[in-house]
Amino acid sequence: MSIIKSVTCPICGCLCDDIELTVEKNEVVKVRNGCAICESKFIGYKGHHRVKTPLMRKDGKLVPVSMDEAVHATAEILANANYPILYGWSSTSSEAQRVGVELTEEVGGIMDNTAVVCHGPSILGVQEVGIPTCTLGQIRHRADLIIYWGCDPWSAHPRHLERYTSFTEGRFENSEWKAFMQKLKAQAGQKKLESAARIEIGSTHPKPQTCTVPGMPQSMNKSGRKLIVVDVRKTMSAEMADYFIQVQPNKDYELMQALRVLVNDGELDVDSVAGVPVEYLKDVADALVNCEFGVIFFGMGLTQTAGKFRNIEIAIQLVRDLNSRTKFTIMPMRGHFNVTGANVVSAWQSGYPYGVDFSLGYPRYNPGETTCMDVLLREENDASLVIASDPGANFPKKAVENMIKHPLIVIDPHMNATSMLADIVFPSAFVGIEVEGTAYRMDHVPLPLKKVVEPPKGVLSDEEILTKILEEVKVIKSSSKKSTKKVEA
Amino acid sequence: MVEQKLKVTLLTGRTIEQGVGKEKGKASKEYFNACSMCYMDADDMKNLGVKNNTNILVTTPDGSVVLRAVKYPRSATPGLIYIPYGPWANAICSNKTTSIGMPSFKGTPAEVQPAPAEKVLTMEELLKSEFGR
Repeated sequence: MSIIKSVTCPICGCLCDDIELTVEKNEVVKVRNGCAICESKFIGYKGHHRVKTPLMRKDGKLVPVSMDEAVHATAEILANANYPILYGWSSTSSEAQRVGVELTEEVGGIMDNTAVVCHGPSILGVQEVGIPTCTLGQIRHRADLIIYWGCDPWSAHPRHLERYTSFTEGRFENSEWKAFMQKLKAQAGQKKLESAARIEIGSTHPKPQTCTVPGMPQSMNKSGRKLIVVDVRKTMSAEMADYFIQVQPNKDYELMQALRVLVNDGELDVDSVAGVPVEYLKDVADALVNCEFGVIFFGMGLTQTAGKFRNIEIAIQLVRDLNSRTKFTIMPMRGHFNVTGANVVSAWQSGYPYGVDFSLGYPRYNPGETTCMDVLLREENDASLVIASDPGANFPKKAVENMIKHPLIVIDPHMNATSMLADIVFPSAFVGIEVEGTAYRMDHVPLPLKKVVEPPKGVLSDEEILTKILEEVKVIKSSSKKSTKKVEA
Repeated sequence: MVEQKLKVTLLTGRTIEQGVGKEKGKASKEYFNACSMCYMDADDMKNLGVKNNTNILVTTPDGSVVLRAVKYPRSATPGLIYIPYGPWANAICSNKTTSIGMPSFKGTPAEVQPAPAEKVLTMEELLKSEFGR
């Protein structure tokens, strides 16, 4: 039995690097410091749905084949395709992503990562107006106003609050954990009192009405870190907040523009914006302007709703306006553990962060045209390689229908929805558990991923599988060039 | 009077249970339970005659799917339904990218009706019925 400390968790963009694992007989048996999702991955990675040999679809069924057969068949498909899509990349190492770019260039396809259905619009917004941002360490030590807009860290990034924002002990700002626990106790006490009062008065009596006073709650006047959550529904994160703003669906753009007006000392001629009374918004604007160091974290609530990248553009412009009054930054809550790395690697290798088209022999980028979702919906693809993601479960039906009309190759450790629909499936080792590598945290800080156990016998890493396919593609392409030359001669 | 159909706004997104399920494995029971459900407003459920943990049919212009309706525990969300990301949500999601590559996963119109006799398909059954594989 051995205990491995400071393991980086390969799940979400938080990349928590304080995980402690107990390993026994080449298996992780205990996880410390991790969230529920972290524990599920480190304990569940070895589950029965793990693929251990390459599979190929023969007579409608996926059957085991040798690695050489699968590699050769894949290379044949990709080398002969006119417009293949190579999609995914966000749950693997940057080393594998780098081989992916070379492979895509070699086969003249499209390299797209999961940002396209996640923070792709954020990248477009940033390309329009730039981004004032910082590292999570700066936020941990200095931020006294935290805003989560259109995201629910408690569900998707469970330790974000605990490690980087409200509930962490920074050098200049203190944790709000104790205050939150006291608030919970007070709320529980209040509920008991109300319940006792109802029993005494009788069950037929209507519930006592609580008095609602317009304006910010008392907790927004406290000293120390303040937490504001903006969402269309009250999430668990919203329950932790000092102030929750319930915005109407698809109205985030209006709400942010209204805040910009108020931050710039303008007047609004309406009573409410996006379902939020202007009186409340004035108090929020005051809180934004009067903080020492504020930050907006935003998620899919902005990128996937009406406006999409325009929402991000306006959020960044709000932050720009606030920077003329105080210090403010903004950061997207990146989902997959290395989706930031996928953008970084793609950008440094090709010049573009996602949706890169190599079909003309040089990289080209035009979101809406060269992004994989649009290529699939226009039915222009003639083969797909999916790695470290599951579009079968996460793409709209029509896109998946078009994906499986042509050969589909999947590289993934688990049998997922896309593997079940695939023609060729490669089992791969788990990055950050069975293979080491590099991943980029949501604030673009690269962190090393550790290897803590050996992968199952014969199971290779994503990087090794891609390298084998790339070498085979090069062999096929050079032999076809030779035969063409012979014919010409 | 009990209405048989309700017009709503469809949201899809993350839940902690979906996160735990997807890491355990897409074929796991946890993933099925976490993703083949739909959060609804308590009053909307009452008006529609849907009991907690009974099945509903959600329809959009892009398709329809049977899901288990669950009362949203934290607040009133009239006119909103919330389905965790997964193959069930994507059976009905809009694929319109508005020419920027991103489909509209949140804030699209949908209709809900009770379907207590219909069965929620497993991921394997759903993929088979949608894609024939």
